[in-house]
Amino acid sequence: MKVFTTNHRSLGILYLYLALAAVVVGTLLSLLMRVHRVWPDAAIPFFGLMKPEDYLALVTIHGTLMIFFVLTTAPQSGFANLVLPAQIGARRMAFPKINVAGFWLTAVAFLVLISSAHFHGGAAISGWTSYPPLSAVPAAGPGQGLGMDLWLVSIGIFCLAQWLSAVNMLATILGERRVGMTWSRLPMTVWAWLVTSILTLLVFAVLLAAVILLFSDRHFGSSFFVPARDLINGQIVGRGDGSPLLWLHLFWFFGHPEVYIAVLPGMGLATSLFANFSRRSVPAYRVMAGMLVAIGLLGLVVWGHHMFVSGMNPYAGTAFALTTMAIAVPSTVEVIGWLAMLWGGGLRLPTPMLFALGFLSFFITGGLTGPLLAQPALDAYLHNTFFVVAHFHLVMAMAGIFSVFAGVYYWFPLMTGRVMNETLGKLHFWITLIAAYGTFFPMHFAGLAGEPRHYDRLAGTATSFPSLVPVERGITFSALLLAAAQLIFLWNVVASARRGRVAEANPWQATTLEWANGANVQPVVSGPYEYELQSSGNGFHPQWEIAAKEE
Amino acid sequence: MMAFACLMLDGARVAPLVPWMPPDGALRGVIVDRLMFGNLLALCIAALIAHLWVAFAILRRRSATNSFPAVGRWLLVTAFVAMYVWMAVTAQRLWAANRFSGPSLTAMQVEVVGEQFQWYFRHPGKDAVFGVTRPQLVNASAGNPLGLDPRDPHGADDVVSSVLVLPAGREVDLQLRSLDVIHGFFIPGMRLKENTVPGLVLHVHFTPALPGTYPILCSQVCGLGHQRMQARLMVVSPAEFNAWIVGRERTRAGGSDQ
Repeated sequence: MKVFTTNHRSLGILYLYLALAAVVVGTLLSLLMRVHRVWPDAAIPFFGLMKPEDYLALVTIHGTLMIFFVLTTAPQSGFANLVLPAQIGARRMAFPKINVAGFWLTAVAFLVLISSAHFHGGAAISGWTSYPPLSAVPAAGPGQGLGMDLWLVSIGIFCLAQWLSAVNMLATILGERRVGMTWSRLPMTVWAWLVTSILTLLVFAVLLAAVILLFSDRHFGSSFFVPARDLINGQIVGRGDGSPLLWLHLFWFFGHPEVYIAVLPGMGLATSLFANFSRRSVPAYRVMAGMLVAIGLLGLVVWGHHMFVSGMNPYAGTAFALTTMAIAVPSTVEVIGWLAMLWGGGLRLPTPMLFALGFLSFFITGGLTGPLLAQPALDAYLHNTFFVVAHFHLVMAMAGIFSVFAGVYYWFPLMTGRVMNETLGKLHFWITLIAAYGTFFPMHFAGLAGEPRHYDRLAGTATSFPSLVPVERGITFSALLLAAAQLIFLWNVVASARRGRVAEANPWQATTLEWANGANVQPVVSGPYEYELQSSGNGFHPQWEIAAKEE
Repeated sequence: MMAFACLMLDGARVAPLVPWMPPDGALRGVIVDRLMFGNLLALCIAALIAHLWVAFAILRRRSATNSFPAVGRWLLVTAFVAMYVWMAVTAQRLWAANRFSGPSLTAMQVEVVGEQFQWYFRHPGKDAVFGVTRPQLVNASAGNPLGLDPRDPHGADDVVSSVLVLPAGREVDLQLRSLDVIHGFFIPGMRLKENTVPGLVLHVHFTPALPGTYPILCSQVCGLGHQRMQARLMVVSPAEFNAWIVGRERTRAGGSDQ
């Protein structure tokens, strides 16, 4: 594989390697945090005693790595590069050179972010949301100098990279489809990537602008986000009269659709896998596709639900609460569509299907607390507590990562020509599922007890904190188990790539074109999920076969 | 159970409706708790049913020929939409009651100021007017953490405290400010949270009902001391409050004479 390959399949695998590197670092950082929270005065091996700013730097880099470099890259850029052109019957991407530039810029952004921890002052400490003035003034804390600058540079490069990548993906979906690949014949993953690429174009552009404005506040004497007479560390730093709330609006206009960028590809993939492994067509295909689009569109107008207690006008809070409640409707339609597909039973349960079911479980459990947090009166208690941490780790992080696992197990034959080991896969699934719930579900209780995020230890005036220590300890042990279980996965990937069972053509008896194995030269004449064609329920009609349906 | 018992000691007289939540000391807090309980119950039931559904589908080894009827799907969607509408309407009514209308005209005025990494609380004193503050005069070690301007006579009787002392049963109108970065003003026991934002003065109002001590936390990451940016709310009887504030005013008056 040459280094700057424009081959989209190689790029897809490179994206997955990058996401793997980021997820390994991000997970190790989270384990340091978990251990420190339970034993705050113990020296941690290879780290030593942790200062408060160290903990905040860990939170910041953990969140940034996971959201940007794992959940944005792997489900979208990784898998889409791997299979999207094949799924729509295209021979290549629309703009291969733009695509390759997107990947290498992403890699540079990753290196810049990682490097930020190694300079004077360490990494930024203002969280992945980087609210000013904390993020706008170097004197506001250690890490807010060069560390914060490098964070901004990294995210700026990342925005540009994702923007390029999305331009290519959107052009490919719009312009490179094979003859006969109509909108109603697209696999659901393609619908998801269509929506995420449009969201990426819209919202990463806004984030890039916001990052540039913040950088300008720090270095070019502007004052977009810093109010007049702002006093930080004994110095009056406000020059003009900017508004910190402006940053919150710009950031969350990006930040909320970002959640859908992370999870929509998983929804598309889950739909495909449920159809495949239940051997059923997707009920109400147009509705299911339409709901993905509806989630994307509504996702652009819900950002204010992150700001109910930010000082935003309470009437605006009501408006955002209603749009947020509205977005629960298409999500519910999707879930009920999946449940209806599963209802008839007779499921095949290989590892990719197990992970898709795990995705569904987390999407339900984590998603259902969404309508609760969408109520400003309740969010006014739960905002920035561990309840929210539980919510987004279940619905975004765990659902997202389970969809990535499902994708890796499912498409592994396309990457290596071999099938991953099923026994190890099932072991990996069950330990991961149980440990993930053990890690993130109890955080709901900590949140209800009022425990705020970003606290490096449970100490102080809050009398409910001591009672949470056993819960916190359980979460830490569970997190260690969760991380350890991933060694099974890594071992399975390495061992199966080298010595795994050689995959037959179309090993999952799938219908979509990435499994055509070079057979398709004809126009597409059938839908993406034509299973259960015979009364026995075992028939299927791949999109690369032109045999008429009546036969 | 142990955990639950510890929470009960938190100045509590009433067991909280939702397990894990600290006891509620605010007049209207019980409405929040009831709503929280109803929501959590509905969502737990929905999650449980969905998981039983998936378990049933997995255990159903033989594939059924008839799929789940479309009308059933739409009935389920309708039921959920009804639940979301119920949630939106009830929650909006509470939100409107808490935030759309201002406090009563007799509400007590207290200013809350957040700065890295300390909360300060200011009562306006006998004249009921807060004195002017200037950031360039802020000097905590010289006893002027808020930058009160000595030239403003309204400031002479202002009482600045690092403990929020309030009388039970009287509505309070809090003015929230920040000197430096965004902080989050959070009193779990009063079911109250609002950020303090530099450049803005934000108002929230509530009525502390049950005397006791309640933790005040910072809920918005504000720098390396975020975790220790905690304070206490002491809700006392009106008589005790009067004794406290008169004592503080006298101390301050004595201090300015010297």
